[in-house]
Amino acid sequence: MNAIAETAAVEAAPTTTSGNMVMDCQVQKIFYGDFLAVRDSHLPIEKNKIIGFIGPSGCGKSTVLRSLNRMNDLIPVFRFEGKVTYHGQDIYDKKVDPVVVRRYIGMVFQQPNPFSMSIYDNVAFGLRLNRFKGNMDERVEKALNGAALWNEVKDKLKNSGLSLSGGQQQRLCIARAIATEPDVLLMDEPCSALDPIATRKVEELMLELKENYTIAIVTHNMQQAMRVADTTAFMGVDISQGSRTGYLVEMGATQRIFEDPQEDLTRKYVRGEFS
Amino acid sequence: MSASDLTSESPSLDITSASHQLHRAPFEGRALKSGFLTGLTWIMAVLASVPLFSVIYMLLVEGGSRLDWEAITALPPSAFEMGGGFGNAIIGTLVMVGIATLISVPIGLFAAIYLAILDPDSKLAQTARFLAKVLTGFPSILAGVFVYAAMVVTMKSYSALAGGVALAVLMLPTIVLAAEQAMTTVPKKMKDAAFGMGCTRAQVIWQVVLPTGMPGILTGVMLAVAGAAGESAPLLFTALFSNYFLSSLTEPTASLSILIFNFSGMPYDNQIELAWAASLVLVLIVLVLNITARFIGRQKF
Repeated sequence: MNAIAETAAVEAAPTTTSGNMVMDCQVQKIFYGDFLAVRDSHLPIEKNKIIGFIGPSGCGKSTVLRSLNRMNDLIPVFRFEGKVTYHGQDIYDKKVDPVVVRRYIGMVFQQPNPFSMSIYDNVAFGLRLNRFKGNMDERVEKALNGAALWNEVKDKLKNSGLSLSGGQQQRLCIARAIATEPDVLLMDEPCSALDPIATRKVEELMLELKENYTIAIVTHNMQQAMRVADTTAFMGVDISQGSRTGYLVEMGATQRIFEDPQEDLTRKYVRGEFS
Repeated sequence: MSASDLTSESPSLDITSASHQLHRAPFEGRALKSGFLTGLTWIMAVLASVPLFSVIYMLLVEGGSRLDWEAITALPPSAFEMGGGFGNAIIGTLVMVGIATLISVPIGLFAAIYLAILDPDSKLAQTARFLAKVLTGFPSILAGVFVYAAMVVTMKSYSALAGGVALAVLMLPTIVLAAEQAMTTVPKKMKDAAFGMGCTRAQVIWQVVLPTGMPGILTGVMLAVAGAAGESAPLLFTALFSNYFLSSLTEPTASLSILIFNFSGMPYDNQIELAWAASLVLVLIVLVLNITARFIGRQKF
């Protein structure tokens, strides 16, 4: 029974490794106005795994990531054709409220962006937004612990979130995102503004977080993808139509993508022949 | 080969050609020019603050002596009467500025939210922004004439209400433009964070943009309040003046600015002294409101 299911899955989509899918992103076309930004990409996202998006600049990694919680809806000219299912529901269905989608699918941005509030209020923000009635202090502590920041800030919870260092701010943003216990965490180059020590802490944190969450991370840094991602999706840029359109070249277990890529383009990219 | 190239090049690196002199040369042309310009900016900065400090000095010297409990509580004296004060004018000014604030802050704030966040590039926003800028330079007496026609004529009486509306017309553009400015400077990444948390647009505005922009918004409101408290021209047509305490918002009302205007032109020493004291009180009111607002709205984080 299991074997049949597996073979079926392999036949249907070679990039799918097993069941237990949280999200399934099937992009046909993503437009910004008339500009075709991404085409034909199928990205299944599995539970309790980290999926890394790598690829050269302008390949649409961030666009795809931001389509997963409808953040791109904030851009008026954005248009999505295709389907993104979250536990079987299409989040682009007309009946779906993007605001609710974003409460289940949290996001950590490239630049640390705490609110100009106290550290405590930053973390409690999402809980208050969702009218959380339980023990707020406990949840704030849990989230800050989860983001490996508690010991550094426990004595100054009333200080401004903006008074922290860059790396601490980014971990504060992660704490803020996980305080509401979202199902999926999207991270858009979360370490690009951080120094190596802070980057290492955030990476360690991601590996801990995947016990409870599913993470999709865009990274410009291939070593980072190798260190943290279970699955890696390599996206390329198609310039054949006179425009720059991103598409999924290859997706699979991280080790296989880096050691035994099936596509020539992937091999060149992971060897650092272009970027 | 390359090493010998480097050594042969090295003398040309010595830009001063002679000694490696690092000491200052204070009488060199560029040093003199720099010193002159620095001195000039310093003098101009002092000059710019002369009017402000001389006005405050005059007010303290001339008005301070008459500023006592009677002056700020009693009713204005008649022609040859001694003593008296301007209690009714203080109350009148506070009430009318209060009415104006209650009208202009909500309108201004919502207009600014529209301009800054909801639809910054729409035709309506561009028009409103342009009109607000024009209105900041609007002659204040015309606001008085406008409200005279709109309210005093129709209600058949000068009133505190009409005075408040006239002041609100003058405060509105300052508040709109300052609040818009304060809200547009809230970083986009902060708004993105709020949207990413699953905030509706209203929640982003009320819970992130407004609190973050609050110091700037309050500064704008305080500028508008300070300006309105000192206005006299629009009140001439709308609130007029009264020698009695305010008992109803629909009757003529005293104000500090009109009292100063009336009394300073009178040939009696008592009234002139009271005009000085009233000027000092007006400045103090604006100062206290300003400090309070800054204290409440200071950037906490």
